[in-house]
Amino acid sequence: MVVSCEEVWREISNYLEGEVDASLRTAMEDHLRGCKHCTAVLDGTRNVVQLYGDERMFEVPLGFSHRLHRRLEENMPGNRRSFLGWMVAAAAAVLVAGSFEVARSSVFSRPELRSEHAQPGARVPPDMLVIVSGDGKTFHAAGCPFIHDKAHIRTIQAREALRQGYAPCVRCMKKYLTA
Amino acid sequence: MPEEVTSLEPPAKPFNEEMLIQRIRNGEHDLFYELIRPYERRVYSAAFAILRNEADAEDVAQEAMLKAFKHIRQFRAEARFSTWLTQITINEARMWRRKEHANIMEPIVDRQDEEGNYTPRDFADWREIPLETLERKEVRQKLAEALASLGEKYRETFVLRDMQHLSIEETAKALGISTASVKTRLLRARLMLRDLLATGFGGSWSSKLFLAKGTKPW
Repeated sequence: MVVSCEEVWREISNYLEGEVDASLRTAMEDHLRGCKHCTAVLDGTRNVVQLYGDERMFEVPLGFSHRLHRRLEENMPGNRRSFLGWMVAAAAAVLVAGSFEVARSSVFSRPELRSEHAQPGARVPPDMLVIVSGDGKTFHAAGCPFIHDKAHIRTIQAREALRQGYAPCVRCMKKYLTA
Repeated sequence: MPEEVTSLEPPAKPFNEEMLIQRIRNGEHDLFYELIRPYERRVYSAAFAILRNEADAEDVAQEAMLKAFKHIRQFRAEARFSTWLTQITINEARMWRRKEHANIMEPIVDRQDEEGNYTPRDFADWREIPLETLERKEVRQKLAEALASLGEKYRETFVLRDMQHLSIEETAKALGISTASVKTRLLRARLMLRDLLATGFGGSWSSKLFLAKGTKPW
């Protein structure tokens, strides 16, 4: 199969998400090897998805969580918070505020290998963009319900996820594990 | 004996949420703070994606959370709580915009024909931009400006899928459109953002003059 530049552009999103079949993937990769323009489009698009997929892209305003909790508290039945509620809210505020620092300090200081089971990911297309979370051990397709620590997720390439020791989620990546 | 490969990560979160929701329904209202904690940023970002204004986004995020609390009994377990919350936020933001900013004109890119193929305009070879650059406020600012310049339908789709990491199906449901439309809009949004950012990001990441003040690459 031979594909044109236009066909490559049309399928770039699907390609990055691992949603093209094997023959189209092979045809696209053959095309990309010889086409500088399409390679530039693919690299740039992948970079866009990775940059915007990083949790640092959205900063909530300072004090957002505190104001939100206060608003909720004012509107909860009884309008009186229990001691436990205060403790939960305070802990939540500290966690949200602290999450910025945790994310900054932890994202790029990951241990080499998180799991011995990264090997089954060999069939996952290495270019595919996947989701990883701060304290998870597995990588996922977007929307997978088994993503842990949803407050600290980011988008990376499958090859990078494997290199960092993440293993493929056995649910959302099933088709690559059983292929 | 080798460890079993199929049990790397227990699906604890959805069940915890289910339990929390049940307890909130039974009157333990304070647990709602715990339930929404992982999603506060997400709700704010969904509202901001539509309204493009911090103050409005915060008001809408509060309204959406409040509505979620008041209607927690209507939540059906077949959907994910995060998707349900995002849907409420999108609806609130759209209502807010209709009410407060009815006369705002949409960006010009909204008029583009969704059905036609999008042709990339810039073929400059990007060097890979390291994620560390996101530590720089001006970089985040430029990315946010590019996103804000997209037409609403592209911006919403991109934010839900690529920033909030919803699945194609969840994005379609949250926006009330077909999965085919999600894919089309997503492709366009990604390619448009790449074009919008290509000029500024083409090799100038190490420079403090990343984009000259007052000029836009698009």
